[in-house]
This record gives sequence, C-alpha cells and structure tokens, in this order.
Amino acid sequence: MMRLIVVDRDGVEHAVESLPSGSLMEALRDLDYGVAAICGGMCSCATCHIYVDSDWMPRVPLQRSDESALISELQHRRETSRLACQIPMHADLEGLRVTLAPDE
Amino acid sequence: MSNTACVIGAGQAGCELALGLRRSGWGGPIVLIGAEPHAPYQRPPLSKGYLGEKSERSALDLRQAAAYERSGIELLLGCRVDGIDRAEKVLVLSSGEARRYSCLALATGGRPKTLTVADSERVESAGNLFYLRTVDDAERLRARFSPGRRLVIIGGGYIGLEIAATGIAAGLEVTVLEAMPRVLARVTVPQVSSFYEAVHREAGVDIRTAVAIRCFDFRDSGEISAVHCADGTAVPADMVVVGIGLTPNTEIAEAAGLAVDNGIVVDEFARTSDVHIVAAGDCANLPSFDGRRIRLESVQNAIDQARIAAATLAGKPQRYRANPWFWSEQYDLRLQMAGLSAGHDQIVLRGSPARRSFAMFYLKRGQLLACDAVNRTPEFAAAKRWITQGCVVDAAVLADESLPLGAAGG
Repeated sequence: MMRLIVVDRDGVEHAVESLPSGSLMEALRDLDYGVAAICGGMCSCATCHIYVDSDWMPRVPLQRSDESALISELQHRRETSRLACQIPMHADLEGLRVTLAPDE
Repeated sequence: MSNTACVIGAGQAGCELALGLRRSGWGGPIVLIGAEPHAPYQRPPLSKGYLGEKSERSALDLRQAAAYERSGIELLLGCRVDGIDRAEKVLVLSSGEARRYSCLALATGGRPKTLTVADSERVESAGNLFYLRTVDDAERLRARFSPGRRLVIIGGGYIGLEIAATGIAAGLEVTVLEAMPRVLARVTVPQVSSFYEAVHREAGVDIRTAVAIRCFDFRDSGEISAVHCADGTAVPADMVVVGIGLTPNTEIAEAAGLAVDNGIVVDEFARTSDVHIVAAGDCANLPSFDGRRIRLESVQNAIDQARIAAATLAGKPQRYRANPWFWSEQYDLRLQMAGLSAGHDQIVLRGSPARRSFAMFYLKRGQLLACDAVNRTPEFAAAKRWITQGCVVDAAVLADESLPLGAAGG
C-alpha cells in the first residue's frame, strides 16, 4: 500500500491508503467524498477532475490531447488541473497531494 | 429499524444511490439489494474490453468492498425482491424474508429484449444463444471466442456493433443482421449509420440490413447451427448473440400500483407516483427538457439521476436537468455523443469521416441540440457545454476546419 494526501471539496485533508496500481481515479472513486468517474476511466467525462499540488506537477505524466480538450471546457479549471483517470499509480507517487475540484 | 432505506437493484444507479444517500446525510441503515451474486460492477466494458480479454472480474468493480463497509451499506446480493407492500412498507424477498423500509429506491434496470420467433422456447434454450447484460453473460460468451468461429449477431445497435468489433479483434467470422434499413437506426442519423457500416465492412464484418429473422436450424445437441432470414438466405453459426434492446424491469413497481409507462414514471426529483419511493437509471421514465418524457439507458443518466434520487430521499431535493451523453468504442473509434438530436432542422459536419475523425452537430433554429463526435474529444467537450448553455452556434464556422472551434459558440 502507498499513501496519498487528498483534500476534499470542503478543504479537509485526508491521508488515504492506495494500491500502487490502477489509476489515481480508482483510488479516489472509493472515497466517501470521492469522484463520480462516470465514464470509468476512458477520458470522456471529466468527473474525476482534480488539482495536483504544484510541487508534484513535474512528477505526474504529461497530459494527452483528449485530456486537455476536456479540461479546457471545465468551469473550475486551473493550471494544475488533471483528470485522475489519466494518472497511473505507482510507488514513485508515494505522498502525492491532490485536491478534488468542485462538481461542474 | 424504522429509518431504513432500501435500494432495489445493485447496478450502477443502485450503487450510486446507496452511496449518495449516505453522502447526503442519511443516518439510518442502508440496504442495497441485488439480484446478481456480484457486488456492483461496470457494465460498459462487457461488450468491449472485458469480452475480448481475459481480465479479472475485480477490474469491473465499481467500489472496493471496504467502501460499502465504511459507508455502512449492507449488500444483499443474489437476492430478488418479489413484492413491495407499500401500505406496510415491507419488501418481500425471494428468500421469503421480509424487510421493513422507511424509504425505498428502485434501480431495477432492465433485461435484454428477447426474440419473438416461432419455436422461441427451443431457441432460448440453445446453449450457443447469448444475450449480453451481465458479467456472467460476458464470461460465457468470451469462453467461446476462438479464431475462425462464426458469430452471428442479431441487432445492429451499439451492443451488437461493439460485440462485432470485439469479435473481429478475436479473429471470429462475424455477421450482423439488422432488421431496420440501417444500423444504429434508433440512435443516430443516416450519415453516422453509413459511416459505421463502412467501418465494420472494411474490418471484415458481414453487415446485412433490412433483414428479418425467420427461423433457426439446430444441431442434435440443441445448439443453433444456422439463422434463416426472411429473404431465404441462411447464415451458418457457431454462436448467436441477440442485442435488440432493453426491457425496463418495472414489474414489481407495477404490481405495487406505481405509475408505469415505458419505465417507472418519475418527476424531475426522481419521485415515483408514491412520493416516498424514488426510481433512477434504465428503469425510470423521466421528464425531458422539451416537455416530452424519455427513458435513458446510459451510465451518465444512471449516476446523475441516482444522485438526484438520493438527495430527494435525504430531504434535500434538487431538480434533475439531464444533459445526456453517451459513448461507444469500436475498433480505433471512440464515439462520444452529447445531447439528444430529436427535432433538429440542420446537420453540420466538421472533419472527415474518410479520415475517421469528425463531428456531426445537430441544430434547431441555430441552437445546438446534440453532437456525435468520432475521435473528436475537443468537439464533444465544447458541444457538451454549448448544449447545457443553450447556445446558438455558427454553422459556417463549425463546418470550416480552418476556423477555430471556439469561434463557433459562446
């Protein structure tokens, strides 16, 4: 297991255990305050929108064009916006800190 | 246990409803009752990745088991509900057990429509006749997928075409028999249908449209050996899949005296004709924004409507403003659809079907109603927002790829 820091939509910080496999979306979907992830991770719905802590931005994989197209239409987008389904989990992300974006 | 919430149906809508109830502050026990023996799982991959690969069943799970425990949701799986006693607020379960509820949610989903042919009993009991709705269906079918086998698919809708694409990737010989003059006839325009017919034919699928099924031939084993069409042709088959639509599971609602009309009738708060009972997902018939009523068979609707239903039961009602969207994956094509195109008076094409990358926009008096996008996520994402906002779009800009997409709308 690895540990993530997740800030929920009320600003409350949680330490979350996650498997070092699958996607970040899957770890977040399991939380009571988690993401809807309607499309199940095929980069189609943008309901797993998060903000990655700026320190961590260089350490997550770059956006592909589909992901940036979806993010560009989000009302709550920021520089650090990502779709969690596009971030594979692995041990190097131990301690990753993300904030859940408001529902659109 | 006078404050127990029961959710009948443990599919995508039921799962979201139960979790949403807890999130909305429901303090009492929550019971999620599913007829299948499995915890809630995703159905969309069943006709796509899961059918083609030997992936683990757990990959389909909507939540890990711990998520239900943390939310205090009791899963009653492999359990059918035989009846609802609304006066006593009691559910009668297939086990004979009775369960009290103080509020009730129906997320009963649907079941595949069955063929109406002569000798239907023999057809239905054939060991190589398949429907595809559950993970067990998918596993039985994929166990038969080996190169060179002949797969006949009855029905050229999304399910049928997705299975065709998966079958081709698995090396099967695939035939699709569609009753209407074109595939996807119920869900899209002729241009998109022609595109998909061409794609499947190029991939090696034998697509036959305007074909009525007449009868079947059987082997001694009882399995189907050929499908006979009304035009006199016969298609030899090692297996037959029927994908001709969904029948909403409304029987228990109807027996309980709730209003049912192509689905369980609900209002914009997901309330049935009994205000203490909500319904959501494939089984519900809801008011559409244009004053008509619709039933939507999609994950988006299952989740969004379930959240509305949960909020209603928790005493925090919100209006459901459906902004439907769907997706389908076939070969290298990702089809993303937003809105409902019914009533359009103009169709605008951006991009190139020949290059397998285009979007069709459906307008009514200039306002964007819907969009079908093939390998065009930017168009899909923009269209989704424009549809929600009721935007009037510039058709000339949409049609001209030399102009930026953003210039077409607000």
